[in-house]
Amino acid sequence: MPEQLFQFLVTGITVGSLYALVGLGFALIYNASDVVNFAQGEFVMLGAMTAIGLLAAGWPLVLAAMAATLLTVLVGLLLERFAIEPAWGASVVATIIITIGAAIFLRGVALLLWGKDFHAMPPFSGDAPIHLGSATLLPQSLWVLGGAVVLVTLVHLFLNRTLVGKALLACSFNRAAAQLVGINVKVMLRLAYGLSAGLGAVAGILIAPITFSSYEAGIMLGLKGFSAAIVGGIGNPMGAVAGGLILGVLEALGAGLISSGYKDAIAFLFVLMVLFFEPTGLFGHKVAERV
Amino acid sequence: MRLVGFYLFAAVAVLLPILFPDNYFVTVVGASAGLHVILAVGLNLLMGYAGQISLGHAAFFGMGAYTSAILTTRFAWPGLLAMAAGLLVAGVMAWLFARPILRLRGHYLAMATLGFGIIVHVIMVQAMHWTGGPDGLAGIPPLNLLGWTVEGDQQWYGVIIAAMLLTIWLSLNIVDSRMGRALRAVRGSEFAAQMMGIDTARAKTQVFVVSALFAAFAGSLFAHQQAFISPDSFNLMISVELVTMVVLGGMASTFGAACGAIALTLLHQGLVVFEDYEMLIHGGLLMVVMIFLPQGLFVGLSQGVRRVMNNSSIVLRYREIVSTKLSSSSR
Repeated sequence: MPEQLFQFLVTGITVGSLYALVGLGFALIYNASDVVNFAQGEFVMLGAMTAIGLLAAGWPLVLAAMAATLLTVLVGLLLERFAIEPAWGASVVATIIITIGAAIFLRGVALLLWGKDFHAMPPFSGDAPIHLGSATLLPQSLWVLGGAVVLVTLVHLFLNRTLVGKALLACSFNRAAAQLVGINVKVMLRLAYGLSAGLGAVAGILIAPITFSSYEAGIMLGLKGFSAAIVGGIGNPMGAVAGGLILGVLEALGAGLISSGYKDAIAFLFVLMVLFFEPTGLFGHKVAERV
Repeated sequence: MRLVGFYLFAAVAVLLPILFPDNYFVTVVGASAGLHVILAVGLNLLMGYAGQISLGHAAFFGMGAYTSAILTTRFAWPGLLAMAAGLLVAGVMAWLFARPILRLRGHYLAMATLGFGIIVHVIMVQAMHWTGGPDGLAGIPPLNLLGWTVEGDQQWYGVIIAAMLLTIWLSLNIVDSRMGRALRAVRGSEFAAQMMGIDTARAKTQVFVVSALFAAFAGSLFAHQQAFISPDSFNLMISVELVTMVVLGGMASTFGAACGAIALTLLHQGLVVFEDYEMLIHGGLLMVVMIFLPQGLFVGLSQGVRRVMNNSSIVLRYREIVSTKLSSSSR
C-alpha cells in the first residue's frame, strides 16, 4: 500500500504542476484585469496542438515549441485587444460570458484546423520508465516537473524583482493608483495576457507527450486551473501554484483509492468545500472580496 | 395590458401548427424550442433579475429527466407522479445548495455552480446501476395525463407549448410580485437591498429553487418526449448554451430569454449542415453580443425600434402601454 501511495503522489505532482501552470496564468490575468479567463485551457490546447502540427511538418522540436508558444502569445494578445478591451468596465457576468465565448471560438478554430482526432506527440527524451524505489516515472514527467519549477521561479522573480513585474503587481493592487504613478495600465494588461498565454502554451507542450491532445483538451484543463487558482486564493500567483499541486495529488489519490471515473467529481467536490468554508482560498489574503 | 406580449406569444405558438400542420420545423423543432424556452425563462429569473450566474443549470434539467426516467422505467411509477418527484428532488437539492453557494459572488459563484454541474454529470455517467451510465436510459414510457397518452409530434408540441406558456405566465407574475421587486433590488445592490429590509439570502434562495424547478419540469417533459436520455444532454456545454440563450435574448426580460431560446434552437437547426462551424459561430456570437449589445439582441433591437418610432402618434399610444409594461416588468 505505501508503495502505491508513493506512485499516486508522483503521478499527482506531475499532473499538479500542469494545473499549477494553468492556475498561475489565471492568477496573472485576474490580477491585472479582474477577469477570470475561461479561455486559459484553450491556450494550453493551442500550444500543444500547434507544436504537434509543426513537429509533424518536420520542424525540429525546439523550433516547433518556440513557434507554438509565440503563436499562442499572439492569440492571447488578440484576445485582450479584441474581446477584453472593448468590454472595458463590463460586469463580472459579462466578462465571464465573453471569455467562455472566446474559449468556444478557439475550440471551433482548432476543430477546423485539426479535426476531431486525438493527436500524440513523441516524448522529448525517450519513454524508458525511470524506477524510483517502487514507483515508476516517465522521463517526460521530469520535463513537466522541471519546466514547472523553472517557469514558476521565473514568474516569481519577474513579479518581485523587476520593475516591469512590480508595475504589473501594482496594477493588481490598485489600478487607478498605478496609473497615477505613471504605469501604462493598458500595456500591463497586454503583458499579463501574453504572459499567461505563453505559460499555458509551454504547459501544453510539456504535457502533450503524456496525455493525448485534441481540440477539446483545454476544457477540463482550464477548469482545473481555475480551481487551482480558487483553492490557492484567487489573485495570489504562488497560491495558485500550491493549489494546483494539492488538486493534482488529491485527484491522483482519489483516482487510485476510490475510483478513476469519479476523479473529476472528487476534485470539484474539494473545490466546493474550499469555497464553502474558506472562500478566500487556502492561501488567500484574508480580505473582503474586491468590489 | 401587462400581459399583451404574453397573449401575442401564445397566439403565435397556437396558430403555427394550425397554419403549418405536419411541418417538421413547427412540431419537432418547435417542441424543442419550447423546452429551451422553459429552461431559459427559469434561468433568466436567476441571472437576469437576481444577477446571479449559474454555469451548472443543466444539472437540474438532468435531475428532472433522470428522476422521471428512472421512476417510470424501473419502478413503473405513473408519469405525473414521477414528474412531481423530479421537481421535489431538484427543488430540495437547489434549496440545500442555495444557502452556501449564493453567499458567493461573481467568479466564485461561477466556479461553484460549474463544479456542481460537473459533479452531477459525473454521477450520471458513473452511477451505471441507476442511470445506465454513458449509454443512457432507453424505453421511457410516453407521458400519460389522467388517462390521455401523449403520442406523436403534434400532441407533444401541444403539451410542451402549454407547459411553456404556463412557465412564461408564471415568470411574468413572479417578476411583478414582491419577490420580483426584491430580486431586482438585490441585482442593483445587495447591500442597499438589505438596508431596505429585504432578506436577500431568502430572496436568492427562493429564486434559485424556482429556476431549478423550471429546469426539472423541462427535464421530465424532455425524458418522456425523447423516450431516451443520456448524460450528453446535461453536460457543461448545455449549461453554457442555456446561459447563451438568456444573454442572447436579453437579460432581465422574460420575452428576451424566450426569444433567445428560440433563436439559438433555430440557429442550431440551421447549422446542422455546417456542423464543423457550429462552435465557431456559437463562440463568436457569445462574444459579439456580450461586447456590443450587452443588453441582448432582442432587448437591444426592440429599444432601437422604439427610438425610431418615437415620432409617430399611434406609437405614442403604443409607447404608453409599453412603458407601463416595462416599468412594471423589467428594471
